[in-house]
Amino acid sequence: MNRYRWRTFALEFVMIAAAVVVAFPVYVLVNLAIRPASDTSSPLRPTTRPTLDNFTEAWREGALGGALTNSVIVTTVSVFIVLAVSSLAAYPLARATAKWSRGMFLLIMLGLVLPFQLAALPLYQSMRDLGLLGSVWALILFYSGLQVPFTTFLYIGFMRALPRDFEDAALIDGATSLQAFRYVLFPMLKPITVTALVLNAISVWNDFFTPLLYLSGSDQQTVPVAIAGFVGQYVSEWNLIFAALVISIVPILAVYFALQRSIINGFAGGLKG
Amino acid sequence: MTTTPNRHKRGPAPPWWFAAPAMLLFAFVVLVPSARGVYYAFTDWDGLSPDFSWIGLGNFTTMVGDATARQAIWHTLLIAVAITIIQNGVGLLLALGVNSMIKSRNVLRVLLFAPAVVTPIVTAYLWRNLLGPDGAVNSLLGAVGLTSWQQDWLGDPQLALWAVVGVIVWQFAGYSMVIFLAGLQSVPKEIYEAAAIDGTGPVRRFWSIVRPLLAPAFTINLMLSIIGGIKLFDQVFALTGGGPGHATDTISTLIYKEAFTLGEFGYSIALAVVLTIIVAVVSTGQYFFLARNERAAS
Repeated sequence: MNRYRWRTFALEFVMIAAAVVVAFPVYVLVNLAIRPASDTSSPLRPTTRPTLDNFTEAWREGALGGALTNSVIVTTVSVFIVLAVSSLAAYPLARATAKWSRGMFLLIMLGLVLPFQLAALPLYQSMRDLGLLGSVWALILFYSGLQVPFTTFLYIGFMRALPRDFEDAALIDGATSLQAFRYVLFPMLKPITVTALVLNAISVWNDFFTPLLYLSGSDQQTVPVAIAGFVGQYVSEWNLIFAALVISIVPILAVYFALQRSIINGFAGGLKG
Repeated sequence: MTTTPNRHKRGPAPPWWFAAPAMLLFAFVVLVPSARGVYYAFTDWDGLSPDFSWIGLGNFTTMVGDATARQAIWHTLLIAVAITIIQNGVGLLLALGVNSMIKSRNVLRVLLFAPAVVTPIVTAYLWRNLLGPDGAVNSLLGAVGLTSWQQDWLGDPQLALWAVVGVIVWQFAGYSMVIFLAGLQSVPKEIYEAAAIDGTGPVRRFWSIVRPLLAPAFTINLMLSIIGGIKLFDQVFALTGGGPGHATDTISTLIYKEAFTLGEFGYSIALAVVLTIIVAVVSTGQYFFLARNERAAS
């Protein structure tokens, strides 16, 4: 038994070392963000003169408040729309056996493969013609469509594994299809809804390419675009840049650590779908 | 799902129009613009003027003669393969480590996964500083006496591509770990322990008991990392901008540059068509290969 305990201890040590390697950049990030620009010692040395000035300046100069608000609005509204329309669409696609159902399912599969780069430029033109460029509505409309194939695919897989008996009972008792979906089927979809919610929210919040295209040149920004603009403006003032990076990371990590169990299970949940 | 005839009465099938809102959004954002994109790839459209002409395969023949484009395609494939192998290798080792009796396993799982939720462009800017000539990575090498290992990680054309790969592995190894971990938890403890008591070594136990049960996790992880690697944009944009020179340009960064700095929209979309073909070939190929493997393993 001794040998096993020793081995476990060695493994524990190795794994903690791996975690230190992963955490090391975060230490440097915080260390540089809280030290004044005049402190030019090694980035490894803990600062002796911590200050919050970088944060107040980055917040003021980077318009991060507005960007955070926009990111929250875009993420909340588009994820809500995607979950609503995709779960509803998955119902006939998972249950009906008609030709149109099969055809739509194949289109959804096609959507999983198409890289967004192909649609980006023609869609840019459509958004311009609709006068939506530079508005968060362009992004909401965009994500509401872009995330449909993936989300619908998740819902279809989950729904096909559910027995039909519950919805059938409701339908035979006189419920409409919409009522059967809303009150009987949808509550049973909760595990996959959590997975879809987590994965969609993170990919929408973190997306950079789309807002870079559709919001460029406007005063409307999301967090990733605001950060890129900030870096472009303060090229080598890393103390300020790092403060801005910290401000952008804190909300995500706060949500992550508060809900870590659901979030990690959400990511792993795609495996069982 | 199986239906048992005559046991239950069936309700009416759900109406097709339930799918309409999702399909309309999907058509407007993805299907129609993608189809138009394929059309534009055969034109000299500049993105603004309403008149442009059909030039057939012109953009594609230009691409064949364009060393930058050929390099970008090569970089894209190299990065995708490197990320797939390294990220999943590290992720699997981390998963095996966390799926053990160590006391810190729950805390480690949460910590190691944390980078995966952070915005990629933000972690890339962080690493741009860390990997700079006076950055923390070089300081750390100096502090442990490895001065000769210090490099201009992102400024050296030989190293920059690998630095990009390293940053992505740092961020997403925890993601692969979580998927593998979900697979590992499906391995029955009794069988594993019985084999250990019978004197089967850890490598043999992994190969014969754990590996077959990990097949679905492998499928998902390989798909995610290779497709993500092929589409890679954010990290390259923030770390190197495709440089030095074109040493780290990928298809996606080139698509962006051709369209928005050079105004070559037609050519840019032709590159996107090539990207689409690569993604389609790789994902269908991988799907059939891994599906066969999963069947063979089960």
